[in-house]
Amino acid sequence: MAGLSFDLIALQLFAGLALGAIYVLFAIGLSLIFGMLTVVNFAHGAFYMVGAYVGLYLISIGGNFWICLVAVPIAIGLFGLVVERVLIRPLYGRGIDYPLLLTFGLSYVMVECVRIAFGKTGYPFDTPEVLQGAVDIGVGYFPLYRLFVIAATAVVLLALWLFLEKTSFGLIIRAGARDPQIVRILGVDVSRVWLIVFGIGTAIAGFAGLLAAPLQGVIPEMGGTILAEAFVVTVVGGMGSIGGAVLAGLLVGVVVSMTSLFAPEMAKVSIFALMAIVLIVRPQGFFGRAGLMS
Amino acid sequence: MTKKVTKAGSISRRRLLTTASAGAALAVSPFRINLLQAEEAPIKIGFPVPLTGPYGAEAQDQVRAGQLAIAQFNDAGGLNGRKAELVVRDDKLNPGEAATRTLELVEKEKVNFVVGSLSAAVQLAINNVTKERGVIFNSISQSDAINEAADFSKYTFHEALNPHMTSGAVGRYAFAKFGKKVAFLTADYAYGHEMVRGFLEVGKEFNIENLGDIRHPLGTTDFSTLLPRLQALKPDILCISNFGRDQQIALKQATDFGIKKSIQIIAPLLSHASRVAAGPQAFEGVVGGCSFYWGIEDEFASTKAFNDAFRKMYDGKLPTDYGALGYGGVRTALEAVKGAGSVETDKVVAALEALKYDYYKGPQYYRKCDHQSVQSVLVIKSKSKDMKNESDVFEVLSTEEPNEKYVRACEALGHKS
Repeated sequence: MAGLSFDLIALQLFAGLALGAIYVLFAIGLSLIFGMLTVVNFAHGAFYMVGAYVGLYLISIGGNFWICLVAVPIAIGLFGLVVERVLIRPLYGRGIDYPLLLTFGLSYVMVECVRIAFGKTGYPFDTPEVLQGAVDIGVGYFPLYRLFVIAATAVVLLALWLFLEKTSFGLIIRAGARDPQIVRILGVDVSRVWLIVFGIGTAIAGFAGLLAAPLQGVIPEMGGTILAEAFVVTVVGGMGSIGGAVLAGLLVGVVVSMTSLFAPEMAKVSIFALMAIVLIVRPQGFFGRAGLMS
Repeated sequence: MTKKVTKAGSISRRRLLTTASAGAALAVSPFRINLLQAEEAPIKIGFPVPLTGPYGAEAQDQVRAGQLAIAQFNDAGGLNGRKAELVVRDDKLNPGEAATRTLELVEKEKVNFVVGSLSAAVQLAINNVTKERGVIFNSISQSDAINEAADFSKYTFHEALNPHMTSGAVGRYAFAKFGKKVAFLTADYAYGHEMVRGFLEVGKEFNIENLGDIRHPLGTTDFSTLLPRLQALKPDILCISNFGRDQQIALKQATDFGIKKSIQIIAPLLSHASRVAAGPQAFEGVVGGCSFYWGIEDEFASTKAFNDAFRKMYDGKLPTDYGALGYGGVRTALEAVKGAGSVETDKVVAALEALKYDYYKGPQYYRKCDHQSVQSVLVIKSKSKDMKNESDVFEVLSTEEPNEKYVRACEALGHKS
């Protein structure tokens, strides 16, 4: 196919970064929970899906997209708190595979419950009116809503960074991740810290699901595909590293986008090829701490 | 034995109650044995369809309308009192799963016929099982390969349109109207490949220029990395050959990228269920084909009757294209059973071959050489305004009448003429 131009390559690069932003948003929640709690949250995709459905429900009862942007993460975060307190907490200290299997099963239960409540068929989710249409970004037209997603991701990242690095509670979280025993001896209730971290992680998942809804509609199985891709992102970035997830998410987006340009059939495989290469060269990922999984 | 009576009765609560009370009344009578024997062997139709996954919306409609055909057959007295039953299985849009489920339907459930599937690839897996075991299979989704001698068997019937007919009808309409420069976005499996082949073939008559074919895997959720390239090709027509959720997302994202401003989007098939699931915005102005649209009820009495029966059974809902196929697939099999007066495979095959039918969309018949149902193709456009009800989603632009000249010749498929 002819027609490769500088503009097209630049636009393609940009499309890759925009796609990467969605991966990042999904993967940081996953990475946060793993990094702090060493829980591999297989239900992350289900929280993401429920976030989209909560948004759909709120809009159907008269809310709007902007209310959802606040209400959905709160609702999913609260739900996450309950899940941590009731289901995950009893499994701490039992090895990494216990919470992994639990969340894996939980994801099936959540998907099935949504199928029962909302049906197996998907629903449309309209892009909010002011964000509809495409705008000229210099090298070509790009959907306004996708630019909004990039901005929203940046805001979440900034807020998360400020929270973890600049607040005293953030300091406790970081300390708790490094050595929970010492933190406990210092008189901090570590289980409360973990509870809140899990809540924040799931809140971000719900937020990501809401943002994804106008891109692809809403369906009970929507969390499945992105979960597989997000695991690649967290593994490439280094399990548990938020900075790694950001870098890897953007990289995966760009790799997919560039492969799509030259060999679209290979786009899906390219993600896993990238993971294989990174794991051969650097088994712990970009910023991963070695031995965290053991 | 008592257990089996309850199982047959589980078709509906009313049926169960009738059976139970009749059973109680007859429990002491000498007719008991006969009754149990009649109830014990309903005519079973296996129905493997992808209830979960990207084609779920369409598959659920197939089941609904299939159940309607069963209910009508039973209400009319069945085959001398012998009732029919639909045995539904989820094939998960996976050929391996479909083969396993079909084998189970044939071996364990002892189904008399198999009707179903919703994928050009999966139906071949089902067909492999049924043809090996000599069970009639009526496929209700698109495929060209199933007509070809290599996959065909005398037990194989194809109630759905095939890609050659569909892309032919849409191509003849669109290439004459919207321009000659065509780019393709295609689901990378049998359905997409066969559709593109069909478009290119009919395109020869119109001297279209193929600017390129970008293929995406089945189940893609983001097309943003493929769309800039397609836009840069500057086609008159963008032909998107995918289905179900892939189609919903592709059209939604193409709309977001502003593709529709300068490019006419066409699709071989516009799925009714997908149009409803994705909303009017995404499908606005897109032109495509379909085998059935409820709106042709003014034209055909059979469509009106089918719509009314469906509305009655499902609280005023109207049937969709794939729903109609589920109905057609089951109804033809059951009518053939009635015609043959038996469920014996060879007799039913002969009865199916002899059918000249009009059950839901105007006249149809199964061509002798490949058992392809020769039928009309509708060319439709998605509506976004002046909709009279939630099912009023398409406008019929033109109808290609049933004609064997639009189907590939028997010799070309490897059949003896």
